[in-house]
Amino acid sequence: MKIVVCIKQVPDAKTVRFDPERGTLIREGIEAIINPFDLHAIEAGLGLKDVLGGEVTAMTMGPPQAQNALREALALGVDRGILLSDRAFAGADTLATTYTLAAAIRKLGPVDLVLCGKQAIDGDTAQVGPGLAVRLGIPYVTCVGELAVLEDRRTFRLKRVCDDGFDILELEIPALLTVLATLNTPRVPSLKGKMRAKKAEVTVWGKDELGLESRRVGLAGSPTQVVSTRIPSFQARREMLPGTAEEQVETLVRRLKEAGLL
Amino acid sequence: MLEVNAEKCQACGECETVCSFQAIRVENGLAVVDRDLCTLCGVCVEACPEDALQLSEAEAEGAMDPGSWRGVWVAAECRGRTLAPVSRELLGKARELAEGLEATVTAVIMGHGVAPLGRELIAYGADRVLVADHPALASFTDEPYGSVLASLAKAERPEIILAGATSMGRSYIPRVATLLETGLTADCTELAVRGEDRALLQTRPAWGGNLLATIVCPGHRPQMATVRPHVMKAMPPDPDRKGEIVQVTLKEELLRQRVRVLESVKEEAEGPNLCEAEVIVTAGRGIEKEQHLAWLLELARLLGGAVGATRAATDAGWLSHRCQIGQTGTTVSPKLYIGCGVSGAIQHIVGMQGSEIVVAINKDPEAPIFDVATYGIVGDVKKVIPLLINRIRKERES
Repeated sequence: MKIVVCIKQVPDAKTVRFDPERGTLIREGIEAIINPFDLHAIEAGLGLKDVLGGEVTAMTMGPPQAQNALREALALGVDRGILLSDRAFAGADTLATTYTLAAAIRKLGPVDLVLCGKQAIDGDTAQVGPGLAVRLGIPYVTCVGELAVLEDRRTFRLKRVCDDGFDILELEIPALLTVLATLNTPRVPSLKGKMRAKKAEVTVWGKDELGLESRRVGLAGSPTQVVSTRIPSFQARREMLPGTAEEQVETLVRRLKEAGLL
Repeated sequence: MLEVNAEKCQACGECETVCSFQAIRVENGLAVVDRDLCTLCGVCVEACPEDALQLSEAEAEGAMDPGSWRGVWVAAECRGRTLAPVSRELLGKARELAEGLEATVTAVIMGHGVAPLGRELIAYGADRVLVADHPALASFTDEPYGSVLASLAKAERPEIILAGATSMGRSYIPRVATLLETGLTADCTELAVRGEDRALLQTRPAWGGNLLATIVCPGHRPQMATVRPHVMKAMPPDPDRKGEIVQVTLKEELLRQRVRVLESVKEEAEGPNLCEAEVIVTAGRGIEKEQHLAWLLELARLLGGAVGATRAATDAGWLSHRCQIGQTGTTVSPKLYIGCGVSGAIQHIVGMQGSEIVVAINKDPEAPIFDVATYGIVGDVKKVIPLLINRIRKERES
């Protein structure tokens, strides 16, 4: 089975700070990690390869340093890492991102399965997976919590987790799935894997290698624009309730009544 | 217009395979376009190995003349045969936006046997309801839902489409936006119209609410947004409101689906689900034992809320993973969040910081949860929660 896993390098939430004055993220000191949901997508790909054989390619779009995310994926056992990197790709919204990713996946030739995390923890949009499937002309299922391949090795039976329950679905490959963290437990990289990842060559494709028009990638190809950002003021009303447990509860009930919640 | 270069076309059928609308097919050795179905999305243009397909510029740009798109749409959502609460909230907001734009509000409802909901949609603010009623839409799947909405939007050219940021909306609305080649902003919490250019100002939280970004989609239509449940206010329903209900005819091609729904299980034990709950009582490691969960369930029941959990509490097996709030679980923004024995790891905080009022109960005065709490109680959950339950019961009796 030929599998592509789309991953994203994101800031580690533990290292993220905000500048309330300017209403922006503080870039210094941020450490980059593979988007946590994407680790589960990688594991799903590797797990399927273990059973069905084939090849798993990890792909990401980002600045040159995003290749570190691909090396982590290589250390986990993916066969190949592809970095889509070009100054022209900067500032892409989800529409421009799916356009670029789709072109790159198409360049790989027919693919059986595309896997993505449910969403990236920096943007939380959950839009790239579905959009990419549309561009590739393949069916997709989001929020996959369980997955099994049937005997024909082409049909997947899936559990899609919804707000109020779950659906059991079936579809044939080629297809795209976005996965939840509950799908599996990601493996840890082996020493051998880490060594291999260090030496492995990461393919880099830019706009020209993919034959893309400038007006459809990056900022130019993005219909949405951010006009402003601000930091909401959460802590203005912070109040520690004093006294014994009884007194604390009494004050809390009063506050909740004042807020119209009781 | 999508044009086929007859000399280059090798009739390989790749365009037919990738087209979501079955708007292009190979007939007598040549790709033929059905202009009624074609949305000019360009998927086939990109897929064609022979470069035989082309979108002519004139029309592609004409389609993006923002001034020619009018009206505010709400993509309503059914839960079985009832309307999802978020759809009523969206209609309230859509009315407000439409008044600023001097435009009308249209609700689109898809499903099977959903026609009776038309009256309700009008009562909550729709001027017109488009009903797409078909057995193929009985269970939600992304392909037909996305294709039907995109095709209606293509025909009627609304300037705004709003949908709930529910598991369903977040799944198929990106399909619609991609088919229409337009911008989409997920999980909005504020929407407003900018007077001078009719732009929709879409504000959404990023980083679990630590950052609010305002986004516009100036050059493309429709402007599309999914909106968090609870944030907008529904109007009081007016059963005498007048409106038009239109049954739309659906071309079979739009109903193609390659995903089969074998079973649909509703896990509604009682009370609201996490994503839509106005009150969430959250269990952290500090509740110590599964048995103590009973108090939290009772507190949630008293407040008409749902029970959530931290990663530690779901890993301990006290609650199912679907209750998990945080970075790898659900992001919630209830009116009231009560953290019981929740320490406040950043991965949890980013999933609940959008809550209106945060109550934190924890033994450890240094717990980071207190940094984001509106009201903090340093104390033992085992003592505080039973007291709180009794106090609220007394409140209810008086």
